[in-house]
Amino acid sequence: MATIVGAITTSHIPSIGKAIARNLQQDPYWKPFFDGYPRAQEWLKEVRPDVVVAFYNDHGLNYFLDALPTFGVGAAPEYRNADEGWGIPTLAPILGHQDLSWHVIEGLVDADFDVTTCQQMLVDHAVSLPFALLWPDAEAWPVRLVPITINTLQYPFPSPARCLGLGQAVGRAIESFDEDLRVVVFGTGGLSHQLDGTRAGHINKPFDLMCMEKLVDDPQALARYSALDLVREAGAQGFELVNWIAARGALTGAVSQVHSNYHIPISNTAAGLMVLENRPAAMARAA
Amino acid sequence: MGGKAKDYGIPGTTVFDGRMAQKGYALNRMCYSFNSADNRDAFKRDEEAYCRRYGLDDEQRRAVANRNVLELIAAGGNIYYLAKFAGIFGLDVQDVGAQQTGMTKDAFKARLAEAGR
Repeated sequence: MATIVGAITTSHIPSIGKAIARNLQQDPYWKPFFDGYPRAQEWLKEVRPDVVVAFYNDHGLNYFLDALPTFGVGAAPEYRNADEGWGIPTLAPILGHQDLSWHVIEGLVDADFDVTTCQQMLVDHAVSLPFALLWPDAEAWPVRLVPITINTLQYPFPSPARCLGLGQAVGRAIESFDEDLRVVVFGTGGLSHQLDGTRAGHINKPFDLMCMEKLVDDPQALARYSALDLVREAGAQGFELVNWIAARGALTGAVSQVHSNYHIPISNTAAGLMVLENRPAAMARAA
Repeated sequence: MGGKAKDYGIPGTTVFDGRMAQKGYALNRMCYSFNSADNRDAFKRDEEAYCRRYGLDDEQRRAVANRNVLELIAAGGNIYYLAKFAGIFGLDVQDVGAQQTGMTKDAFKARLAEAGR
């Protein structure tokens, strides 16, 4: 059976791509951000995942407003990255795991999450940057991908509680998949930031730190916020925190924090990183 | 169409809801097209013709001509798509933030750094 070994939640700010392309990892502005990643890279080497199931929001690369799913699941043989308008170098395609994708889709619809299925899907910086940050020297990506999108672009947004439930349903589906796979869950985006309006530049450090603490042991506390509460506290794009909440939901066993990093600012954003280990319920019982 | 954004009681924030999505459809569709470098070049070659092709209304065309982000948002622009428009002019999100808050870029960046203390 498939096992969920843990989760990584990370910001996905576009300017990270430029910094990587220009080799600015040791630049004083970037160093406190990039220095967070080696521990996460090591952890991935330790847990050796076969597949990443990634919760993120598309930023207008794959979806337009003509047909915008609240929740979308990729079931493609491969996922290409493409120009998003800024000419940031694109990354090599990531192979999909179609059998797991369809198993997750079946599990979700069974659990009343009536998702959109995507047999062709471009992935934007919300997927490519976490891959570039976490496998900086990879000649070929060492994992396959099941991408899951959450709408954070057009209101009404799904509630944080619904996103936690989505993650829980994904977690149950993965664990019932009849193949010995090691799975890591990603949640990308955030933390607090706002790009638009006269409140542009809004950052809420106390709220972010509270969220990072609750995410480990008490994700239900974050599910109590309404979608608009989250916009108010974390900023219009800080709402991307729901991707972290969904990723945490997929960890159904005993969860502990391996590593975290938090740095303000990168671009207009409070940048966060967490590595969470999941000890599957069956193993925890046996111990 | 036209009309004002609904107030959701979040200061300095236009919530991009169905009303704004409907109002801004043509503008956002044009910005979505800027994912392609060829389309960015076509816009740069003949901005008027490009806006006409996407059916922008007068308010949207004025906002585009003014490169004014608050006007673009009021005209139904969604920031995730507008970011592609801003990219044509080499503007990053800090330029966009400075413009909307009426600050210099340096002052805006200093305020961001201050939020970390």
